[in-house]
Formats: sequence, structure tokens, C-alpha cells
Amino acid sequence: MAAVAARGCGGVWRRAWQHGAGGPGPSPCGRRAAASSARGGAVPVGKSGLAPWVPVVGLEIHAQISSNSKLFSGSQVQFAAPPNSLVSFFDASLPGTLPVLNRRCVEAAVMTGLALNCSINKKSLFDRKHYFYADLPAGYQITQQRVPIAVNGSLSYSLCIDNKMSQMVTKTVRIKQIQLEQDSGKSLHDDTRSQTLVDLNRAGVGLMEVVMEPDMCCGEEAAAAVRELQLILQTLGSSQAVMAEGQLRVDANVSVHHPGEPYGVRTEVKNINSIRFLAKAVDYEIQRQIEELENGGTILNETRAFDSKLGCTVPMRDKEGKQDYRFMPEPNLPPLILYDAKSLPANMNHQQVINIDWIHERLPDLPSVTRAKLVERYGILPEHSFALLNEDGLTEFFENVVKQTQMKPKKVIGWILNVLLSYLKQHSLTVKESPVSSVLMADLLNLLEKKEISSTAAKQVMAIKAGNLKVLNKLIGLVQRETQGRSNPVLVKQLLEKKLSE
Amino acid sequence: MKAAASLADLDTFAELGSVGSGQPLGVLDGIPIAVKDNFNTAGIETTCASNMLKGYISPYNATVVQKLLDQGAVLLGKTNLDEFAMGSGSTDGVFGPVRNPWSYSRQYKEKYVPKSFSEDGESNWVITGGSSGGSAAAVSSFTCFAALGSDTGGSTRNPAAHCGVVGLKPTYGLISRHGLIPLVNSMDVPGILTRCVDDAAVVLGSLAGHDPKDSTTIQDNFKPFELPDLPDVSKLSIGIPKEYQAPGLSSEILALWSKAADLFKHAGAKVTEVSLPHTRYSIVCYHVLCTAEVASNMARFDGLEYGHRSDMNKSTESMYAATRREGFNDVVRGRILSGNYFLLKQNYENYFIKAQKVRRLIANDFLKVFRSGVDILLTPTTLSDAVPYIEFLKEDNRTRSAQDDILTQAANMAGLPAINVPAALSERGLPIGLQFIGRSFQEKQLLTVAKWFEKQVKFPMIQLEEVKRHNHDVFQHQRSASFS
Repeated sequence: MAAVAARGCGGVWRRAWQHGAGGPGPSPCGRRAAASSARGGAVPVGKSGLAPWVPVVGLEIHAQISSNSKLFSGSQVQFAAPPNSLVSFFDASLPGTLPVLNRRCVEAAVMTGLALNCSINKKSLFDRKHYFYADLPAGYQITQQRVPIAVNGSLSYSLCIDNKMSQMVTKTVRIKQIQLEQDSGKSLHDDTRSQTLVDLNRAGVGLMEVVMEPDMCCGEEAAAAVRELQLILQTLGSSQAVMAEGQLRVDANVSVHHPGEPYGVRTEVKNINSIRFLAKAVDYEIQRQIEELENGGTILNETRAFDSKLGCTVPMRDKEGKQDYRFMPEPNLPPLILYDAKSLPANMNHQQVINIDWIHERLPDLPSVTRAKLVERYGILPEHSFALLNEDGLTEFFENVVKQTQMKPKKVIGWILNVLLSYLKQHSLTVKESPVSSVLMADLLNLLEKKEISSTAAKQVMAIKAGNLKVLNKLIGLVQRETQGRSNPVLVKQLLEKKLSE
Repeated sequence: MKAAASLADLDTFAELGSVGSGQPLGVLDGIPIAVKDNFNTAGIETTCASNMLKGYISPYNATVVQKLLDQGAVLLGKTNLDEFAMGSGSTDGVFGPVRNPWSYSRQYKEKYVPKSFSEDGESNWVITGGSSGGSAAAVSSFTCFAALGSDTGGSTRNPAAHCGVVGLKPTYGLISRHGLIPLVNSMDVPGILTRCVDDAAVVLGSLAGHDPKDSTTIQDNFKPFELPDLPDVSKLSIGIPKEYQAPGLSSEILALWSKAADLFKHAGAKVTEVSLPHTRYSIVCYHVLCTAEVASNMARFDGLEYGHRSDMNKSTESMYAATRREGFNDVVRGRILSGNYFLLKQNYENYFIKAQKVRRLIANDFLKVFRSGVDILLTPTTLSDAVPYIEFLKEDNRTRSAQDDILTQAANMAGLPAINVPAALSERGLPIGLQFIGRSFQEKQLLTVAKWFEKQVKFPMIQLEEVKRHNHDVFQHQRSASFS
């Protein structure tokens, strides 16, 4: 009962569901969203004569700001601290407490806005968004509904066609706005004792909500855009953006329509906590909507959750029903005023103002610039530059190796990406945890360049270093062959082990 | 008299004040003060006269409370109010109504002609006005030298007028609201109730200025000031806004008002009639903005983190509903309901946005008048003197608030400083006050004018029957009330 999606990512999908002969009808979660693996090449399987479907995907991304303290209070921000250990009077909404805006959070939002080519609003406003929920102590969230801090930006991201690294295309998604807002606390529902436990450590942590226009058309595009955003945030340091720790949370708005027709009714898929799941969730949802519509059904404007175990989206039990958030201006926070070099008042205390130009001048190289520099400096292929930035610390590792070896960077990159990374992957290690240091790698590559060792031997040393001790025997064998069997294997083994553990 | 909602025990006094320790802490050293029970006081119950917060002990001091304590003031107790400061009588709190000390004054008892419905005399007592009625009563009855009130639509000036004390509502942003449990954040200010204008200036000097915990306070430092001993008003321009001749204004207050205008004229001041044309929309507009913020501010009272929690445990939602039904009185619940209505997406433009626009027009009215050269506006504070409690109950809270705030709340809409100065006793022997409204952050000018007026009118001291034999002592107190 495989669903086969047919699409060219020009944005046109066709009906993809095929009933297995005599097979049972589709159970909502029993099918696989095949779309994600069916890029290009796939043959449209839909009923002939059917108009193609155009999926439309927009994203709302909440990025937790990397800061010492919360958005409006002095409580510390820390992941996995004991429950309710990081809660100020304000965070617990004690009566009479007032918000005081954290400068660091504003700077992080300005940096992010600039990096995403936004115009920064010199005057932005805070609003209250009301709803009753146990982990929202004040009964409202302070956000920026009317005038957010940054608007009208864009994000360029690249993705490969047909899963081939050699065919990369660059796309752009418009950024509607970036708004500052408070995170909520966390509710833990204990069904057996029918009680809800509330942890307010996260309540009031600063968030940047990045709203992306519906310029994407498939899971892979959404995933690539989010990945690029993640890299940018990490480069800026404005967010650690670790999805597993909830520092980057993605909601996807998905709809489908026929070309030339208005957008279809959209659903919002929430609770997506990894980039891989994002691609799956979006593709599944597109698929589901197409099938639903082709079967004569309708799409409800609803919130759905992605069930990563079942690989499908399911309607969320709408806790709040149709919400009217009853927005109103936050009266306790004056408008947020930012300055640039031109508007900066002469006698203003620098501690009290934020200068957009000052921040702009100090922005680090963004991933796209770093990649271009790598390509130019080392003559490597663009796709290699993507691979280098894809893992934290890999670029540094590469550059360190290059510095210490006579081997050409173009060759070095191959050794790192193809050999070292695959060994590390086998042992679930990151490059930062790599037992093969850049010095050792450079030594090996130097020996290789001087033809003192074979590439097989170099690979085996790397494999052992990466934790694969079985290869040691092969190495002993090599020594034996070289010494024509005159060496003592036990001693060779001891010596090798000693050498390798250095 | 239920002026005090809760009294700190004497041990706490010793800790709070430096009385007897030898080293004065500041200008308020050893001065007994009372604080309205909607300011947070660390370790002492803070109730807002509501079931919702009955027994609630705050872990922190409001900035103004801390500043008073830092100056050596002794916190005498927390004073009663309308629940969450929603009211104009100090009658709608969970601890019962506040009685006006003037009900027990010789002045009132001598002039009061018992009517048929209340022969017993016990039911003749009059209200304090509100919502800071407890604070006004405490100052008026010599319980303390000064008290903190709060003023959102007149809640400090109204009871000050009814209790014959000075009630200052400073400019919005001059005094920190941190720790004041809000009614309407965009209009609330801590108010100061004292027996004379000089005292108000001293307390203001201890409280005013930037607070890093309240982002709406002024950035600049505030320089405490002393008022001149012989204030001069001859170079001033006093405006008499004609719109304040509101329907229902008692003839004796009207007469007093024009007498006061004459006083200024005779002293050489320029007195002119001015117009604040949007004043008449102020009350409806206030109603929308007030209830909208109330709906929002009250959302935090859900029984989870603090305060009352209902036993209802069917679901979180039913617990919320029961908690709020049990915790709030009808007035609070009514305002939450209408506020949420005004904030609904479909109503927001028609009500909230419109009200905000009208608020701007009202503020602009004041700006125009001040720009035309007027320094201070002179108006009545209330429509009449204090009414007996049984009379007051005949109208509901909403009607009462609308009537009683009518002359005071425009200053809140515009954020301007305003002060009630006791001016005379009514025919019934009850205090009547007049209000001065000044330019933003021009408290010194406002208080100077108020002090001059205070000197002219020589408002009589309350003669409490119970303390008649201590008359001499009381007089001494009155003299030393000016502790500047």
C-alpha cells in the first residue's frame, strides 16, 4: 500500500494515491508519505486529465533567543534546570509586577532581522495576546502583533535536485516579519493521577517568531529553508537553535490548489521538532490534502500535529476551540525605539540606546558568504562548502588540516567528507568529538602525499582511530607483509596500539 | 471604622521603622503612614479587598512602599478599598464599607437633621468616597500623617475631597507603579493623601523618579522640592473649564468654586473661562479603556500560582471558572465581561480604538489650553459632599462610578497631575474640596498654587467626638503634621 507521489518541485503535484488492488482503504496513519523520497524522476500516477495540484507551504518559526536572562525579567535561561527553579515574580505573574525589556533580546532580534535582509522598524510595539492556559500564568502573552521589530526580509537557501549534490538550486523565501515575544511554560499532563504539572522555567524566555511567506512548495524546500535559518541563527549567536532542545520550533501552514485558482484552505501542522520530520510532515500533509480533495472531501482550517512515530499528521484536539485572542496594546511597555547613525541623538547614553548601524557593522559572515569564501579560497566545489557548514566545527577542522598538509584542499575535502565523516557516522560521533585530530589527519595525508603509505593504510588508521578496532588486525597484516613475516605479531600489535592511542 | 484592612503587628513595626534606633533614616523617619491594600508589602497580607487575594502574602515590596520604608516611615497598616480599586465609595470590598470619620465629627452631628428613615443615628454615617477610602479615612482621623492611595479615575482625589484631606495624583510616569496591583495600567498612579499640601510635597519627594522596574517611569532623576512659605499666584493664569459645570453639581460646590476663582482674581491672578470640549465623552471612553485593561489584568487570577483556588476539580477550565466566580465580586466580574466584549476582534475597532482616539482628543484639549497660556485649571473634585451609606447603596457601582469620576478621570486620561485641596464644609458639615490640574511634570507649580489656596481657605480641623477631650493633643498633631 505504497503511496507514490508525483511531483517536480516546480511546485506541481499530482494526485498520488493509488489504491492497492483490493487493499483496505487508507487508514489515516497507515500510509507512508512517500513524497519526500520521490523527488523528480517519479512518474505522475494520478488519474489522467486531472489538473495538477500546487502545494503552498508557509512557515512560522519560533527561535528561542540565546540570552542569559528572560525577555522581560532577570531570571536565568537554562535548558533542563530543575522545574520551577528559574522563575521570577514576574514570570509567575505575581500581581503588581511589570515587564522590563531585556536589551540583549532586542539586539538578537535586530541582528537576525539584518541577517535576513529585513527592514528594522525604528519604532515597534508590544501587544497582549490573551488565552487561558495553565502554562501561561498572566493569561496573556506579550508579543508584537501590530508593529513587529523587523519586516519584509528574505532568506536564500539551496537544495539539491534529485538528491544529487552536484545539482544545487538556490531559492528565496520572503520573510514577512520577525516579532519578539514571550515563550510559555510547560504543562505536563499526568493522566493516571489526572493532574497537570506546570514548569515555569521556560515561561517568559525570549522568542523570535520568524514568519515566512508561503513561498515554498514541498517538505524539502521547507526543510532546506529552516536548515539555512538555523545556520544563520547559530552563526549570529542569536539563538542556539537546537531543535531537540526546543530552541527552534516550526509550525507549517500547508494548502493545495489548482494553478490559477485561489489558495486552498490551509492547515497548520504544529509540534515539528526536527528538520527531517518537517520535510515528512509537510509532504504527508500535502499528500493528505490532495487525496482528501480528490476524493471529494474538504480541507478543514485546523491545527494538526505531526506524529513522528506514525509518520503522519493528526488533528489536534483543539484545547481552546475557536480562539479570539482579544489583542490589546501592552500598556506597561513604551514603544521600542531603535536608532541608526543618522537618528542617534548626540547626547544619548549608549547604554540606553540600540544603534542598528552599529550592530550591522559587526555582523559576522553569514553562511552564504562563508561558503563563497571557502569555494574561492580552496577551490572546492560549492556543494562541498555546504557540506562543510552543515556540521558545527567541520569547516575549522578542514581548514586546520589544509594548513598542515601539502595535499591540495580539493583532495583533502574528499578525505574528510567521504572517509572521515563516514567513520565518525558509524560510531555516532560529531567532528568535534573526532578521535582523529586535524593534526593526525594532516600527518596521514602528508604520508599519503609522499607515497609513504597507501590510501588503504590511511583509511585503516582513520578507521581504527574512529573506534573501529577490527581494522587493527588488517594493519598487523600489513606490517607482517612488509617485514616478510619477520616481526613478532604480539609486539607489533602492542606497538601499533601504543602509537594509535597517542 | 474599618479604615484598616489588616494591621501589621507591633513586632513588624519595630523592624520596619528605625524609631528609637538613634540614626534617622530619612525625611520620613518615624512617621506613621498607611498604605492602600493594593500595594504589595513583603510579608504582610495584600488583599485588594477581594476574596481572590484574601490571605495572600506578597514576597516583595512595591517600589513606593520600599521607598517609604527606606526613608524611615513606619507602616501602620494596610487600608481598605473597593475590591481591586473598582469603585468610588470604598463600599464594595470584601471587608465591608469604610466609614467617613466626618460622620462622627461634631461639625456633622451638629448640622445633621435626622430624616425619618434613619432616626437611630447609627445609619447616618457617610461614605468616604473611593476607592482609596481607607487611606483618606486614616489620614482624616489622625491615624497617620500620610497614606498611599492609587488614582485611576479619581480614586485618590475623590475620597480626599469627601474626607477633607489633601489628595495628590501625580503625573503619570513620575512615580513607579511597580508593586501596585493594577486597575488600568495606562492610567494608574500611586496617590498621596496628607493633611496639608507641604506634607504631600515631602512624600512626593521621597517617591518620585525613575524606577528600573517600571519602564513607564520618567528617565530623569526627580529633584525633591520645598514649597515657598509665601506662595505668589499673582502672575499665574488660572483656567476655569466650563464643561466642569456638570449636571448634578451641587449649588454649594458651584458657589464655592466661583468663590475660589474670585480669590485668585483678587490675588492678581488672571482667571479665564476655558473650554475642554471633549470632556463630555470622557466617561464613556474611560469605561471602555478601563474595562478592557481590567479584563486583561484580571486574567492572571486563575487560582494556579497564588490567591484563591476553588475546590472544583473536574477540569482545569471548570476550576478557573469557579475560582473566578468565587474570588471576584459582581463589580469586578461585570467589568471583566464588558472589557472582554470590547476587546473581541469584531468590536475592537468600534470600541477600543475609538476610545483611544477620544482619549487623545481629551489629552489634546488640555494641551491646547495649557499652550494658550493657562498654568493651572481650577475645578470641583466631586459633584456633592459625601452621601450617607444608605443613600449611596441606592445606585449601582457602575452608575456611581460614572457620576463620581466625572470631574476627576479626565486628568487620568491625559496623565496630568491633579490635586484635591479641602476648601470648606458643606451645609451638612461635611468637607468639600476643589481640584487643581497642572501641566505634566509641573508638580511644583501645582503644589505651590494648592498651598496658596490652602492658606486662603483655612479649612477647619475635624472635631471628633470621641477624641474631644484630647482636643489639645490633636491640635498639636495638626500643627506638627507639616513635617517638612
